[in-house]
Amino acid sequence: MSDFSILINATYVVCALLFIFGLKLLSHPSTARKGNLLSGLAMLIAVVVTLLDKQIISFEFILGAIMLGSAVGVYAAKKVEMTSMPELVSLFNGVGGLASLAVAYAAIVNDAFASVFVLIVSFIALLIGAVTFSGSVVAWAKLSERIVGRPIVFKGQAIANVVLILAIAASGYLLVTEPAMTTWHYVAIGLALLMGVMLVLPIGGADMPVVISLLNSYSGLAACAAGFALENNLLIVAGALVGASGIILTNIMCKAMNRSLVNVLTSGFQKVHTSEMKIEGEIKPLSPDDAFYVLEAAQSVLVIPGYGMAVAQAQHTMKELQALLENNGAEVAYAIHPVAGRMPGHMNVLLAEADVSYEQLFEMDEINPRIEGFDVAIVIGANDVVNPAAREMVGSPIYGMPVINADLAKNVFVLKRGMATGFAGVDNPLFFKPNCRMIFGDAKETLNSLVRQFAD
Amino acid sequence: MTGIYLLFILMLAIFVGFELIRKVPATLHTPLMSGANAISGITVIGALSLAGGESHELATWLGAAAVMLATVNVVGGYLVTDRMLAMFKKR
Repeated sequence: MSDFSILINATYVVCALLFIFGLKLLSHPSTARKGNLLSGLAMLIAVVVTLLDKQIISFEFILGAIMLGSAVGVYAAKKVEMTSMPELVSLFNGVGGLASLAVAYAAIVNDAFASVFVLIVSFIALLIGAVTFSGSVVAWAKLSERIVGRPIVFKGQAIANVVLILAIAASGYLLVTEPAMTTWHYVAIGLALLMGVMLVLPIGGADMPVVISLLNSYSGLAACAAGFALENNLLIVAGALVGASGIILTNIMCKAMNRSLVNVLTSGFQKVHTSEMKIEGEIKPLSPDDAFYVLEAAQSVLVIPGYGMAVAQAQHTMKELQALLENNGAEVAYAIHPVAGRMPGHMNVLLAEADVSYEQLFEMDEINPRIEGFDVAIVIGANDVVNPAAREMVGSPIYGMPVINADLAKNVFVLKRGMATGFAGVDNPLFFKPNCRMIFGDAKETLNSLVRQFAD
Repeated sequence: MTGIYLLFILMLAIFVGFELIRKVPATLHTPLMSGANAISGITVIGALSLAGGESHELATWLGAAAVMLATVNVVGGYLVTDRMLAMFKKR
């Protein structure tokens, strides 16, 4: 090893340590920002020290690429609306995958005498990178409603997938045995890109949080595999950290929907359940005027938001109402289901943007044991995550899914446009419970009229 | 032998990752993901030597493209994470 090489690798150890400490600080909202800064510092040090490498002789390309990339990054980070975070994260996943694809491909063409080991790991990096890229683009298109959100399936899809996997394995074998044949490069990349599309197409809108988490994990694993190809320790460590993070989030999302990962990935292929259950009771609508009198008397109010709140942009009005309720002497808490919103933690970010303190946001498991104590639970644009059928109707498609037990609060107000079912397409017995009142209309309008009444 | 040694590093890093990420509260899961996006931009350091070295011409171009893409991840990821985390306030 040359002196520079030792210096570079020693610095990488420090960088890995800083990445780890950065993630450790992410364990609490009060220290998280410092953690992110530390992680960013590690990245900066890693880039600067890598430029000392004697093998790097021309800087024009590098400088141009970094400037262009930074400009795009700054623009995206400053412009994005918080409601569109899932789309941005999807795109970033895809960009990361494409970067790993390019690195792996460069590693293959650069070294005419590469060992079989290097060729195999390069092929794996190429594969994961390409799947991450095309899968993320499809996920982004689904999230931004550029293509339909529902599962896209066609006849013989399962067989097509098996054939595709076999073809990828064959292309991998050919690429490793005859690395000089550029045809195999193109075939392998093309098939891997197709694989990513086929992976995400059959997955429906409600399962998007799982897909984003999974692709997030892939983008890390792609970097990790590229690290093997280049024999770069820091790439392996950082990639593994990202991979682990994505896997944990995927697991949390699956658990929150009471489904296995395999079930989510193949959900488009399964028959839709129809349940014969009869729901007893009647729907009782309530006007915002009457809702006001109940809220005025309430000592404690629980807000349960869903993606509908974000669609109606009602979070800021909710925060206004929260301030008025608190001035009136009521305690206000928010209960957030893990799959509320389009990605893990999405609802928390939207509420944080509306200036709701993180100390008032509670996870499902924290709030459920004390939900009976709340005078009023306000459900805003959520449906499946408060569906008591998950608890009491054996045979319902969502039976067994952990839900927020809104129906156990003393009064439940459901703010909803109409009687449409949620993503899962299941009727919600909550709406028929004797303690539940429906306030129909746009959630933002409803909250606005409540705010006006409090102000009067 | 190098492969085995790299696998060792991978295994340990995955364990550290699991232990660390498990402790991240649900409220920070979106910043965690965008922060992870930024970290996965680490590919940039692999791409640098390919873009600036005496490489095959195609490899140089691929390296430069990878530097550009990974920089988008790094810069965009850290900035948007910081923007989100700044919004999380105590009472």
